[in-house]
Amino acid sequence: MALIELSGITKYYEMGNQVVKALDGIDIEVFKNDYLAFIGSSGSGKSTMLNILGCLDKPTSGQYHLNNKNVENLNPNELSEIRNLEIGFIFQSFNLLPRATALGNVMQPLVYRSIGFRKRKQMAMDSLQRVGLGDRTDHLPNQLSGGQRQRVAIARALVTHPSILLADEPTGNLDSQTTIEIMQLFDELHAEGHTLIVVTHEDEIAQHCQRIVELKDGRVFNDSTTKSAKVSC
Amino acid sequence: MFFALIESFRSALASIYAHGLRSFLTTLGIVIGVASVIAVVSVTQGMSSFIGDVFADLGSNSLTIQSYTPFEDQMKGIRARLTPEDMELIEKRAEGVASITPILFANRSSQIKYGSQTAFSRIMGTTYAYQNVAQSYMSVGRFIAESDNNTRRRVAVIGDKVRENLSLAENPINEYVDIGGEWFKIVGLLEPKGEIMGMNQDDIVLIPYNTMRSLQGNQARTDIQIQLSLSETAVAEDVTQQLSTLLRNAHDLDSDEDDDFQIQTAEQLMETFDTVINMVTIVIGGIVSISLLVGGIGIMNIMLVSVTERTREIGICKAIGAKRHHILLQFLIEALLLSLLGGMIGLAIGYGLGTLISSSIPSFPPASIPLWSVALALGFSGFVGVLFGILPAAKAANLDPIDALRYE
Repeated sequence: MALIELSGITKYYEMGNQVVKALDGIDIEVFKNDYLAFIGSSGSGKSTMLNILGCLDKPTSGQYHLNNKNVENLNPNELSEIRNLEIGFIFQSFNLLPRATALGNVMQPLVYRSIGFRKRKQMAMDSLQRVGLGDRTDHLPNQLSGGQRQRVAIARALVTHPSILLADEPTGNLDSQTTIEIMQLFDELHAEGHTLIVVTHEDEIAQHCQRIVELKDGRVFNDSTTKSAKVSC
Repeated sequence: MFFALIESFRSALASIYAHGLRSFLTTLGIVIGVASVIAVVSVTQGMSSFIGDVFADLGSNSLTIQSYTPFEDQMKGIRARLTPEDMELIEKRAEGVASITPILFANRSSQIKYGSQTAFSRIMGTTYAYQNVAQSYMSVGRFIAESDNNTRRRVAVIGDKVRENLSLAENPINEYVDIGGEWFKIVGLLEPKGEIMGMNQDDIVLIPYNTMRSLQGNQARTDIQIQLSLSETAVAEDVTQQLSTLLRNAHDLDSDEDDDFQIQTAEQLMETFDTVINMVTIVIGGIVSISLLVGGIGIMNIMLVSVTERTREIGICKAIGAKRHHILLQFLIEALLLSLLGGMIGLAIGYGLGTLISSSIPSFPPASIPLWSVALALGFSGFVGVLFGILPAAKAANLDPIDALRYE
């Protein structure tokens, strides 16, 4: 059974009297422990795709099953709950809370699960140690380097043990050395059994993945399984 | 829900602390509002309890009965009178009366002379019971005795002001003064009582009641005042009712005729003053609460700014699973804490201000803060916080996560 099942997903925006078709009939299945990249030029519908996969946005039409649950008819609060339970976000611009420490940022998703302070702190510490930041827990985001910030964000995504990790241009703001480190971390996470979906426009990033889905004008242009993924990931 | 509440408190406190100066300036409106309310209330309430004390000294459980002639009847030459017989009647028949005394005011000159000094004073003929009724105590010497009254002795008890006006010694006992052309021996000096509303309580000369009557000559038309004090268990209203019935019968008044006497209680006077002071409190309090309203609007303004400023943060929180009520509570509690904090600071400042005002004006009573005003000030500022916090909090909670995340 597929973890994610999209059938006939469309997303239309009205711009004045013009209708922009950001997504135009997407059918895709993602399985557990998939390592998938969405690639495509700007305007191909990658970001819209990610928003819908992440339950931040609703499709105009089509069916979206996440973990056998139909996401279509959920209200904003229920969507929040799904995001909290099933999805770990990793953003291009990190999106850390500026006034909270690394530890505080990682603990934040657990607040919405009503987990007590001690337990939360323990879980967050474990998660930070997993990404190699066990010694940076009391630093504010602006006291951390870009790579460290993204590690905090990854720790925050991991702490809830989500079904999927959604990364939106995760290395877009990082230099090449840090990019390699972060992608290695992604490879490790995949090896540990996590399901990863990465949106990127960089081929090198996409080459890390098992499966590359190319979007063009809101449609799936190409869906291929690369050989490198099977070997090195 | 309870959990969410605690977490909201945690993050609200962190946010207030992070913007220390801004938080302080935001609450300034509330601080000033509450401080002025508390200052005004503490000063007026201090005054009110002071006046209460004064009347307690006067003998708050005492009644005064005096004759009353409407102006129209005075024109016709009719004069209502209270007679010694009326007093006898009350003494015999009324219940709940502890002590009773007649008072007869001098109808001729109220001039007093001592040596070359001349003074004018209130001269009253009364009995030993006056001491109980009026709660007067002796500074030196003795009060008028029963025997003084029976034998119409020419003795006088004077107030401190009179002693001063006549340049008498600190101890004026056994000195002789000239009252209305007769010589009186001073047998006692009253303890000073001070002024009430500009009337000096110490400018007073007391002589035996019967002595006064004999001085006045025409005893058939005496019009006296009766003062009495109530026993501890008696209810002023019941006694007043009873006295009124007694006197109406004695004066043969028909049911459609008005009273030809007046019964006054010290409590009535005190209530009048209290009403005035409470009115002042309410009016000033009302004006001042407008500033609380303005303070509340200030809080709303800053909270709206804060929501806009933290739009991206709100988006992040929503993306990682914050529900509507998480965001709503966080901002609502921040507004509530801000205004409550302001309320508490205002309370402290207001109390200090009230104390300062009452201590810097001499002879002004000390400030006192009733508990209700504390509860009211805090309750009101909390209410203002919630009222003006709802709009910004709802705005934050209703943000769309994608829009909020994109916000720069």
